[in-house]
Amino acid sequence: MNSSWILSVTTFIYGLAALLYLAAWVFHREGLNRPATWVVGLGVAGNTAGFALRWVESYRMGIGRIPLSNLYESLVFFSLMIAVIYLVVEHKYRQPTIGAFALPLATLSLAYASLAPNVSDRIQPLLPALKSNWLTVHVITCFIGYAAFAIAFGLGAMYLLKRDDNGTGTAALLSAIPPRRVLDELGHQMVLFGFLFLSAGILSGAVWANSAWGRYWGWDPKETWSLITWFVYATLLHARLMRGWRGKRIAVFSMVGFAAVMVTYFGVNYLPGLHSYGAG
Amino acid sequence: MNNNAPRKNRLDALWGFFTSVRLTVVVLLLLAATSVVGTLIPQNASPQAYIQAYGEFAYRLLHVFNIFDMYYSWWFRSLIAILAVNITVCTIHRWPSIWRIVASGKLRTASLEKRRPLTEFSDRHDPRELREGYRACIRRKFPRARLLQEGKGFRVVAERGRWTRLGVPAVHLSIVVILAGALIGSFFGFDGFVNIPEGGSVSQIRLRNSDATLPLGFEVRCDDFDVSFYKSGSPKEFRSSLVILENGRKVLEKDIIVNDPLRYRGINFFQSSYGPMPPKKITLTFTSRDSGRTVRHQVAMGRSVALPEGGGRFTVGEYRRDYRFRGVQVGAAVLGVLERPGQAPAEIALPLRFPTFDRMRKGDWILSVAGLEEAYYTGLQVTRDPGVPVVYAGFVLLILGCWVAFFMSHQKIVVDVRPSAHSSRVKIFGTANRNRLGFENKVRKLGAELSRLSPETQQGESK
Ligand code: HEM
Repeated sequence: MNSSWILSVTTFIYGLAALLYLAAWVFHREGLNRPATWVVGLGVAGNTAGFALRWVESYRMGIGRIPLSNLYESLVFFSLMIAVIYLVVEHKYRQPTIGAFALPLATLSLAYASLAPNVSDRIQPLLPALKSNWLTVHVITCFIGYAAFAIAFGLGAMYLLKRDDNGTGTAALLSAIPPRRVLDELGHQMVLFGFLFLSAGILSGAVWANSAWGRYWGWDPKETWSLITWFVYATLLHARLMRGWRGKRIAVFSMVGFAAVMVTYFGVNYLPGLHSYGAG
Repeated sequence: MNNNAPRKNRLDALWGFFTSVRLTVVVLLLLAATSVVGTLIPQNASPQAYIQAYGEFAYRLLHVFNIFDMYYSWWFRSLIAILAVNITVCTIHRWPSIWRIVASGKLRTASLEKRRPLTEFSDRHDPRELREGYRACIRRKFPRARLLQEGKGFRVVAERGRWTRLGVPAVHLSIVVILAGALIGSFFGFDGFVNIPEGGSVSQIRLRNSDATLPLGFEVRCDDFDVSFYKSGSPKEFRSSLVILENGRKVLEKDIIVNDPLRYRGINFFQSSYGPMPPKKITLTFTSRDSGRTVRHQVAMGRSVALPEGGGRFTVGEYRRDYRFRGVQVGAAVLGVLERPGQAPAEIALPLRFPTFDRMRKGDWILSVAGLEEAYYTGLQVTRDPGVPVVYAGFVLLILGCWVAFFMSHQKIVVDVRPSAHSSRVKIFGTANRNRLGFENKVRKLGAELSRLSPETQQGESK
């Protein structure tokens, strides 16, 4: 039994939770929501165990480092953060339909880590530039931010689906989605939370770069994309607060913001120029 | 009558332009959109590479707009400058109204009671019996609370978190501070590099992007450079032992590794690269072909050494990392010139990997290289940026400001208690400047707590 195996199994646990939430929503079986929550809890336990075991394994291999330094490890942490933040939201707001939108994201992230052929789960030693506590802070804060934005994305999608609180047609389906006011407010809370952590992530990244290369900002594509993402969400905050934007426009905006997050996370590898995620 | 008026109007218009949040939204989106361009087109590549990729015409066009170094172009910097002015003007503009709230001694709750109460309930006690318990309970949550007697009833007016209104100006100020720090760095800092051979020292460095050199005002010596590897072959650690010398005197000594630079007089030395240096000395062996006797000699590069028994002289020439002998790779080799009495000087090669290579020449003495001290140079990035503390102060302010602006709020409540027949009617009004849903929940909880506070339990507690 090793960490990769535990994490593969966890993928299916998250998948099961996502299915339960979806079934509860689509077939109006509210009774399924409670077991779904327990399954998420189990998934979080598995995800955490996988993370911790990987840490232990790296010590056994004589490498000894927190598992937060390549694509595989970041995906594992990303899914863990999505699930944890979702559990907190469910505990506070008691709207389990959100699980039908949040858990698929956690599942996808972990499935991509476990199954994609180009994501290696080998534990590799750290290059010299990556040995820094600031890097650890950087990765943790960034991925908490990304996870909050992912849930805001889910809430945005729900808002667009819902359209109208008392719509007709698929009304029965839509009636289980929380009222628009709640979606709007909750989505905004997630964006605020994400913005704070994205800011902390960008800034700790800058401190790290300064300690490794003597330059806190170098306009490399990944840095630049994180700044673009930050600009997008800053625009959203101002449009909402000062121009009174609400509802649909903000929902779309926050989904665009998440697209920028995805480019920052994955897309940058396809852009010209070298980047330092792992390549130092 | 007054020809200052139009000028003043124009100034007002300009001020108005810069206080608008619409401008903020437009500038932020423009910054985002243009930054995308810079990530799609590689920056600071060679002109040839661009011409090959985009063609001559497009190259010229893009070049005119500095697209190849766009983050440092006049127009990108102007966008940032506009943002900075926008933030500054906006903050100055809104400051008086923020400060009035934060610094005022009064509790302003007048408009609150015009709204609907957030929660209400009845209590079977008389307002007079409830008063002290209510006041104490509310004060625990809202330290600024005041009790107002109103006929037979009373009101508790309370407020908290006024100072949290400073969160948003703190965020905005932080961005100006960070930009100011960056400006200080670009005026008073530099970014350069230097290579120091092991054992060597330097007192000037080369600047990046300009090829100019810069004297340091002191000397840096590299005593030792080491690179260690993981079993997989990837590098584990680069380490340089550096010494700072002032007028030839040692003043500071430190081993630097990546992520742990040496700092001296505001100048930072970062481990950034390394490379091999030609060796300084080699050890040669001369083996007699007849007797097999072997003699060893250490000799510095470029120097000559006499062969035993008057056999001639050998002058060490250069060291080659990849030497080809008649088209065949033989690896690292030392080249030199051999002079023997009565013969013309001959250039010979001594590959390190093949100690018997020189047998081929069929001379009296067979030469080979028994060892050489391979040396490295360490590549250091040398920077000075007096703006960094300012930038870091901005970072701290940004995070604290966001925290306060997002998760704290200025909250006011009024708890209104009036007598009604043999009981009291309690209404709670309240407002917060953000996260109203959360605040309303909190007020309802407060209501529930107050409704459970009966004077009997209060008396019991106070005994
Ligand atoms: C990169 C630039 C900027 C960033 C990151 C930024 C950030 C923020 C943040 C985080 C908030 C609080 C939003 C919330 O609580 O939901 C805020 C509010 C605000 N910002 Fe900015 N801001 C920027 C530029 C500007 C500029 C240039 C202006 C000038 C017009 C401006 C005007 C405002 C105003 C008026 C508020 C609302 C204050 C209030 O009433 O609560 N911001 N900004």
